[in-house]
Amino acid sequence: MTGAPLPEPAASPTATEDGVPSTARPPQPRWRQTLGLLARNPTAAVAATVLLLIVLMAVFDESLAPSGPNEIAVEDRLQPPSLAHPFGTDDLGRDILSRVVLGAGVSLRVGFLAVAFALVVGGLIGLLAGFYGRWVDDVLMRFMDVLFAFPAVLLAIAVLAVRGPGAGNTALAIGIVYIPVFARVTRASVLGVREEVYVRASRSVGASDLRLLSRHVLPNAAPPIIVQTSISLAFAVLAEAALSFLGLGTQPPNPSWGLMLAEGRGFIDLAWWLAFFPGMAIFLTVLCFNLLGDGLRDVLDPRQRTLMAGSGR
Amino acid sequence: MTDLPQGPTAHAAGAPAPEVPTSDVLVSARGLEVHFPIRSGGALRRTTGVLRAVDGVDLDIHRGETLGLVGESGCGKSTLGNALLRLVEPTGGTVTFDGTDVTALDRRAMRALRRRAGMVFQDPFASLDPRRTVRQTVSEPLEVHGLRSGRQERAERVAELLELVGLDPAVAERYPHEFSGGQRQRVGIARALAGEPDFLVCDEAIASLDVSVQAQVLNLLRRLQRRLGLTLLFISHDLSAVRHVSDRIAVMYLGRVVEVGPAAAVGSAPEMPYTQALLSAVPVPHPSLERARQRIVLRGDVPSPAAVPSGCRFRTRCPYAFEPCPDVDPALQPVGAPGQLAACHLHGVVGRPAGREDAAAG
Repeated sequence: MTGAPLPEPAASPTATEDGVPSTARPPQPRWRQTLGLLARNPTAAVAATVLLLIVLMAVFDESLAPSGPNEIAVEDRLQPPSLAHPFGTDDLGRDILSRVVLGAGVSLRVGFLAVAFALVVGGLIGLLAGFYGRWVDDVLMRFMDVLFAFPAVLLAIAVLAVRGPGAGNTALAIGIVYIPVFARVTRASVLGVREEVYVRASRSVGASDLRLLSRHVLPNAAPPIIVQTSISLAFAVLAEAALSFLGLGTQPPNPSWGLMLAEGRGFIDLAWWLAFFPGMAIFLTVLCFNLLGDGLRDVLDPRQRTLMAGSGR
Repeated sequence: MTDLPQGPTAHAAGAPAPEVPTSDVLVSARGLEVHFPIRSGGALRRTTGVLRAVDGVDLDIHRGETLGLVGESGCGKSTLGNALLRLVEPTGGTVTFDGTDVTALDRRAMRALRRRAGMVFQDPFASLDPRRTVRQTVSEPLEVHGLRSGRQERAERVAELLELVGLDPAVAERYPHEFSGGQRQRVGIARALAGEPDFLVCDEAIASLDVSVQAQVLNLLRRLQRRLGLTLLFISHDLSAVRHVSDRIAVMYLGRVVEVGPAAAVGSAPEMPYTQALLSAVPVPHPSLERARQRIVLRGDVPSPAAVPSGCRFRTRCPYAFEPCPDVDPALQPVGAPGQLAACHLHGVVGRPAGREDAAAG
């Protein structure tokens, strides 16, 4: 390599080193691209559709429910599913379909609020702990360890005992329980991304910490957090059920899926539909959140994105 | 300690730094140290040793020149490059950039200074954020330093930069994974040039590329250097590539610059035994000369930077080691050609008596 100058590269502006063609793609907003790709993933598309239906059901519950959720008709109690009562009736003769429809709002609201709270607080703690390390990491994560060391239900009960029952406090209690989970997932993900050369490269051109965190670290650390969010939504719905079962969450006679499941448990061999339909509602919601989370993780990865966009055409 | 060193860069580590003519020198390191604590014992984290990645480097980089920095892997050359830009915090010594003591700057001032100093990284597959398009990556310096206002103007500047490095501006909306290694490295170079820097550190910038692409990127860097009047620090373990691009060459061994001088002198008539051995390992592209080439094969391995030998750090492998070597830490002194400096007692015993605590460290 000494001596004579090396051959100059073919200075053609198009890609010459390998076969990347240089046709420009029509610009498309990123979110629309994401939605388009998600629509091509059948599992995620079905899950998203079902979730959308469940959410719509929760929004328009009053007008959708065939009858009032708390209308007692003792003479119709424990009716099996029929045309009049597609999901049957419970031990007080209340229409279970109506209660499942109205329970969606209660269960989802608590689930979303709880996870949103845990995601914001836990995610921020994990982000700072993972990015700055040293004493910041030590202090924040030891605090998280303490929180994590409490049995989850005991911690939630303690919060509810202090603040009293109710939907908002239930969401807060579940949210607090999930803070350490989000903190740990975020921290672990950030620890990996922090050491990436592109973070140092960004610092080398003068990017501030805030910019590094928001433009580089967080987007690249996001996939595990997104998946954790969908799984946690599922668990939060279950946790709401558990707390309601213990009498600390949703208060009777308000319907929530968990509360209905708990109430129906005593009749399981006499009238299976009491527990079955709210149980199915929980199952379907939890499953869809998980499937959607998996689909999102794939779609949000630019490498997968190109592969899928290519094969889809 | 006998004579005082004569050359502008020659002085023993720890001795008062001589005045540097600032007009000529853009970047200057004095007694630069990067020591990493070696910790053990999990929760208690006792510091059990010190890894001397960079250990008292004196180096001047002149305005407009290409300085090649060579050495074996693990000798600290990449750490030195990072420390000059404070991407790794120096633990001792100073770095001066165009008259400003960089090591004394606060975070804000340091960030502002980064516009004037860019870095091209070794692995083009790791140095570009996979979630950001080429346009976003290349325009980051523009946004950070407010160099172009408005999306449209930044996009135009990005197109200019891409053309400058030999890429089609139409690729701006693509993601890094859609490119080959050489193309990615061009994107990395475009990013480094976006702030119109005076100084560019190329940290093994061609090491992870195909040989055919290495030549292209090397020539691109040379062309850019001439066209933009850049000052270049070209870090590589490939001595022949370094000879090809450099005006001057600095040789590093175990955290210290042991020889520095004009490329012609260091690359053909080295005065330090380590440089001689390094040079003798380079194949000559001429059959009869290649057959006649005599290799100096060094004994043993490079000592650990956690246990640096006392005195001259090369003495454990040096074929010419003699009495003063373990006792006096050699300073750079003028040897051979004008401007050539070597840290070797064969040219007269110059330096600082080896502290015993240094030898025992680690």
